Amino acid sequence: MSPTDTGGDNASPRIGRRHFLIGIGVIAGGIAAGQWLRPYLVGGRDSAPKEFQPHAFVRIGADDRVTVIIGKSEMGQGIYTGLPMILAEELDVNPQRLAVEIAGVDPAFNHPFLPAQFTGGSMSVMSTYEALRRVGATARRMIVQAAATEWGVAAADLRTEDGVVFAPDGRSATYGKFVEAASALPVPAKENITLKNRADFRYIGKPQRRLDSRIKVNGEAQFGIDVDLPNMLVAVVARPPQFGASVRSFDASQAKAVRGVVDVKQIPSGVAVIAEHTWAALKGREALRIEWQDGPGATLSTESMRTERRALLARTGLLAKNQGDAIAALADARRKIDVEYELPYLAHACMEPLNAVAWVKNDRCEMWLGTQGQSQDAQLVAAALGIPAANVKINTMFLGGGFGRRASGTSDFPVEAAHVAKGLNRPVKVVWTREDDTRGGYYRPFGLNRVQAAIGADGLPIAYFHRVVSKPVLANTALGKMAVSKEGVDPSTLEGSADMPYAIPNLRAEVHNTNETVPSLWWRSVGHSANGFVANSVIDELANLAGQDPYRYRRALLAGKPRHLAVLDKAATAAGWGKPLPKGHFHGIALQESFNSIVAQVAEVSVSGKQVRVHRVTCAVDCGLAVNPDQVVAQMQSGIVFGLSAALRGEITIEGGAAVQSNFDTYPVLRLADTPVIDVHIVDSDGPIGGIGEPGTPPIAPAVCNAIHAATGQRIRRLPISASLA
Amino acid sequence: MLTGRDYVISLTVNGERHDIDADPEMPLLWALRDLIKLTGTKYGCGIAQCGACTIHIDGQPARACVTPVSAAVGTEIRTIEGLSPDATHPVQQAWIELDVVQCGYCQSGQVMAAAALLEQNPSPTDADIDAAMNGNICRCGTYPRIRAAVKRAAELKRAGEPA
Ligand code: FES
Ligand code: FES
Repeated sequence: MSPTDTGGDNASPRIGRRHFLIGIGVIAGGIAAGQWLRPYLVGGRDSAPKEFQPHAFVRIGADDRVTVIIGKSEMGQGIYTGLPMILAEELDVNPQRLAVEIAGVDPAFNHPFLPAQFTGGSMSVMSTYEALRRVGATARRMIVQAAATEWGVAAADLRTEDGVVFAPDGRSATYGKFVEAASALPVPAKENITLKNRADFRYIGKPQRRLDSRIKVNGEAQFGIDVDLPNMLVAVVARPPQFGASVRSFDASQAKAVRGVVDVKQIPSGVAVIAEHTWAALKGREALRIEWQDGPGATLSTESMRTERRALLARTGLLAKNQGDAIAALADARRKIDVEYELPYLAHACMEPLNAVAWVKNDRCEMWLGTQGQSQDAQLVAAALGIPAANVKINTMFLGGGFGRRASGTSDFPVEAAHVAKGLNRPVKVVWTREDDTRGGYYRPFGLNRVQAAIGADGLPIAYFHRVVSKPVLANTALGKMAVSKEGVDPSTLEGSADMPYAIPNLRAEVHNTNETVPSLWWRSVGHSANGFVANSVIDELANLAGQDPYRYRRALLAGKPRHLAVLDKAATAAGWGKPLPKGHFHGIALQESFNSIVAQVAEVSVSGKQVRVHRVTCAVDCGLAVNPDQVVAQMQSGIVFGLSAALRGEITIEGGAAVQSNFDTYPVLRLADTPVIDVHIVDSDGPIGGIGEPGTPPIAPAVCNAIHAATGQRIRRLPISASLA
Repeated sequence: MLTGRDYVISLTVNGERHDIDADPEMPLLWALRDLIKLTGTKYGCGIAQCGACTIHIDGQPARACVTPVSAAVGTEIRTIEGLSPDATHPVQQAWIELDVVQCGYCQSGQVMAAAALLEQNPSPTDADIDAAMNGNICRCGTYPRIRAAVKRAAELKRAGEPA
């Protein structure tokens, strides 16, 4: 029996107690796969009150406690508040009274578009909105029906408000009164459920405080790295000093002599030092002596890759987009540019370094993880251990940031932990140091871009030809294998460039895929952070070439796109575009559509020497429906800080096949004193629901660089800005 | 169980005494997290760069990741778990009121740094806040809200104190 199987207070009180937002995995066991459950009464479990559970997503207790069970991972985006709000709206319960429970891994929580439990791509709200509403409405209807039967009135005559049923004669009772009766009712058919009109929403669209704040300001929230199990060991792994290298031999004698070190063993990714606690493991790793075998990437460097990529830029690549005839238009054009843009490798640098707890018990494995991809982790861990995937149980913890890193295509950190745990017969927590995490690869790829573009007599663009050399990222993930074309074009390599909303008649895009040893991965906003920079910078270059104002130029290119125009206008107007700024301050603007949301940003920047100061960012966003508007604001702030951090100084460089940077001293990230004032404006729209976790990131780098150009005349074509101004 | 060859270190954490078996040079961070089982104090960098491990030692903010346990003997150590019994410290209240947290991983350190700032400076200016909080990294970019929440916490703290 594992510590979580008992469901109540037990051997591992920090983990197993069923608590608001802290209990983990308790859904597993009782709930079969599939959608609707036969209504049944959950009762007697650790003498909890009786509960009505019509669906895997919700339970209502006789004590009126409403628990919403969420299968998405919380990595900061506020999903443990936003998704419960949606269900609560139709259930008619104030979201602030909800308990939220982290779901186990079960097909009931699979992504609606994928046969897997997965959190990413800014899809959580857009993909579960309808289902959550339907579950809330169905549960409410069953409660109301139970009340109607008990009171001998028609269900249609009853109304509800915040967990209370009201009859016309003045009688009222809370939902908890009816859980037993509701549990005996059949689940009504889908056709018989009506959802609210948007105009009748009480909670959706109005700011709700996050439900996880309290436990995140008092130290109670349990991240993966906080897991503590009885008899648990802690391990660190000595990984190869260069990507693609391997262990030739090692001498563990001194490591084993370190007090607290329990075992040292080789695993596929390196040599693991297993100890009583983290400090002993770290000391043990320092004492290890390892001979490494060079791999194929031993001499790889940023410079060598730049040279190789530049050579490819001159050659025809795989055709990814061809609209009109960009090559002919360019040949004929008199006013044109031919420019190269470079984007560096970027580490995600999640605040919580990677880690995973694994406990292998014969042919079973239980894990405690902050992960974005539970189903894939289970499959790959099972494959690594040679056991059935059904024998891997994953308990999802809070994620101290994700940004894509906690969904690598190889499930690298859970799989490694399983290898460490194999044969130990004890739970083990594998902890990555900050250095391990920064140097561990899975970066946003290093990309070189060549753009040839031309303008016509009226100054507007007539051709845009983008060729990119980069390592594909989707192709290296389970999700992406489906998306890559048979010619080998990974759509994420070019997304956000040749499909930009700006009207350009002749468009061409070509790709060269590279395959260096450095692992690449999606990084907040995937292709958009790179291509949005290229496209928005080039549009600015063309406006300049035409001698036109960059904001008005964009307006002309967005004619006939009212949502885009409204967002662009809102950002420009709110920022005071064209109005006098403090001396030495300049504006730059950019707009990017990603994950079904449209975001425009105006950056106010000053430059003195090599010092760039971003004073203010004005952001406008249209995400269709803003379920929790204050969290939309928070995600825009977050995306801007994340993108600005990378734009100013973010860069992983490679020497001798390895990352040069290792900790925050060499991989600096934005801090409070350098953070601009950020104004966010939500533009109302009736567009489809868009994502919010990622779309705030792409526009900031080009907005800032366009402002730098306005300030200095210098066009930043290589990020980070610090590398271009050096 | 302690045996003859163990090092016994006595620490006072949140008013409670803990006798632990730790090498004198073990960073307080790992002693708190792995031995005393107070995991609210976080590991972010281990080299005094990020502030995730911020605690108070005798009322002063300190980086647990670069403080050897031997240096903490005889001091009063306060961690996030001991800041208030029920998340009602003015900094915690302000953080909840303004919805500062995102992933939350940095926030123990942010809250402890802010609490220490307000002890020393009940009415910090923007520049004071920038200076005091600049050592605490937040990868979720909650900085704009941290700025606002420190000011709100200062108000709450002043209101709660006898004139
Ligand atoms: S962990 Fe101590 S400052 Fe980063
Ligand atoms: S809230 Fe995530 S790092 Fe600060």
